[in-house]
Amino acid sequence: MDARLTAEQASLREAAARLADDLGPRSVLALSDSERLARLEQAISGSGWRSLRSDGAGGVEIALVAEELARGLIDVAFLGPVLADALRPSGPGVTLAIGATAIDARGATRALALDGTRLLSAPLGDPAGCADLTRAAAPLARPLQAAGEISAAHATRWRALAISVTTAEMVGAARGAHALAVGYARVRAQYGHPVGSYQAISHLLAEGLALIEGSESILRYAAWAVDELRPADAVRAARLAKVYCAQAARTVCETAIQVHGGIGNTWECLAHVFLRRVLVCAETFPVRLEEIDVGLPRLTSGSGVPCPPAGLAGPARRRVRAVG
Amino acid sequence: MYDAGFFGLSWPREYGGQDLPPVYDVILDEELAVAGAPPRPSLGYLVTGLGRHGSRELCQRFLPGMISGAERWCQGFSEPGAGSDLASLATTAVRDGDAYVISGQKVWTSYSDVADWCLLLARTDPSAPRHEGISAFVISMHQPGIEQRPLTMISGVSTEFGQVAFDGARVPAASMVGAPGEGWKLAMTVVSHEREPSTLGFTARYGKTVRMLAARLPAEPGGDRTTPPELAWAHVQTQMLYAHVRRRLSEQLDGITHGSGGSLDKLLMTWTEQAVGHAALAVGGTGDAEALHAYLYSRAQSVMGGTSQIQKNIIADRILGLGG
Repeated sequence: MDARLTAEQASLREAAARLADDLGPRSVLALSDSERLARLEQAISGSGWRSLRSDGAGGVEIALVAEELARGLIDVAFLGPVLADALRPSGPGVTLAIGATAIDARGATRALALDGTRLLSAPLGDPAGCADLTRAAAPLARPLQAAGEISAAHATRWRALAISVTTAEMVGAARGAHALAVGYARVRAQYGHPVGSYQAISHLLAEGLALIEGSESILRYAAWAVDELRPADAVRAARLAKVYCAQAARTVCETAIQVHGGIGNTWECLAHVFLRRVLVCAETFPVRLEEIDVGLPRLTSGSGVPCPPAGLAGPARRRVRAVG
Repeated sequence: MYDAGFFGLSWPREYGGQDLPPVYDVILDEELAVAGAPPRPSLGYLVTGLGRHGSRELCQRFLPGMISGAERWCQGFSEPGAGSDLASLATTAVRDGDAYVISGQKVWTSYSDVADWCLLLARTDPSAPRHEGISAFVISMHQPGIEQRPLTMISGVSTEFGQVAFDGARVPAASMVGAPGEGWKLAMTVVSHEREPSTLGFTARYGKTVRMLAARLPAEPGGDRTTPPELAWAHVQTQMLYAHVRRRLSEQLDGITHGSGGSLDKLLMTWTEQAVGHAALAVGGTGDAEALHAYLYSRAQSVMGGTSQIQKNIIADRILGLGG
């Protein structure tokens, strides 16, 4: 695997970063600035990024955009529509439902859901609040109806994409929270010096940067794997990335709150907005540490996992692949 | 290994290497770990230090033997009074005709018990500012005036680290690496390469330990094995580091080298090794000698090659610009 970005990928990332910096909420107050939201909606819908997958984009491109938009706390729909489009291109106003709830439902009228390999669809009710202040959820107005079928490979790859893109959102939000905290640590003075000059603070921020760099690496691998590895291996890579990045991103956001001190624990500080986005993304296509496959095959085929064939060093080969 | 063409792959052909990109070393490390073979010796930082700062004459004399393994080396940097604050080192080199006479103590000297040569830092100009009075030498370990004593680590290992007392040992003036007073520059090159996980080839080693631990999990009735969370987390961290090393190697293809970024890599590597150590303890317990050894040995990773606290100072100061 060559982990470098191509020139096209780098410029896509730059474009998403610029849009996020220009039109994202720079304060908690700005979250309710309807004029900004209207301009942002226009920019995102004009960008075509909600249909990246059906336009031929790979996991790496979609993850890059998701990461940059989350870094800037972009608060119009992206995740839901881009994942719905990756199931089946459906035009504007369609987001994704998980169970009986549509995620990322701002501006959406319908939701698409996946059950095994079956596509389901339903119209949306009125948007409801969400722990993530940058997003709305919505109940379904009617029960899900059958809307088609996709192949097993498509469904598995889509799952890898969904896990990877929610992971990218967490990494982006962690970057945003970290940058906020570093900026504050440079200007907030106590005992006559910026608090960032004290090791008690600077070491927390240094650890945060290392967590972000590690996250970036395992995320990039997972995003690449969406299209390049076999579907089951792509899911495995995505799950590893999600577990690592969920832990890392939450830690970085908690650090951001701590570095802001009392201010960090007030509603007006953006740190908790980043944290909330991380928490909700972690719960969207969640992966628990207990479910991580460390690569050892079961000894019998008792519960659904076939026993590797005898001979040919089956178990050993599987171990090598799973861990390497 | 060298005779079979498997060592020194990424080092200069002129000195016995093969001029291949560093990714070849990583491939080799992975294959060695999968085969259960001992890891390749960590020599990269010494090769780079001598290669970058030594005269052509010194390189021609010493690098081929270092790379082929015909001559063994140790590194005389740390002292009882100069650990993190390396520039406070007190070992002196006093000019006497066409030689220097060395007096002082070195400690945490890896493989001093078997070394033929030592890359030594000593103070040649006590009146100069402390970073500018240090010079580097290649000194023979086989001579009177050098006394080597093993250090026993908390794991019980006594064959890895030594203390070396220099009392009137001599080194030809021609064996100085670089000019007088340039020892600090060499030290910085060596320690920054000491931090690179890709140079060290440790990643594959951690994966091997995780596989070894997974294979030891007792099977329960029905063939399932319960993975302790520590082992699952060690696996996640190992996979993160694996992806991280690949990303760094990819970036090197573009000629991007990470000066202070190496400190991020070192932190990630340390966290991984210590997570693997905790997994060893969780799986094997104190009654399992191999597991206990892996755990106790892992505690040194946050100290050797620059403590985690020093790495965080470097990150905070040079990357985050937090001053101190």
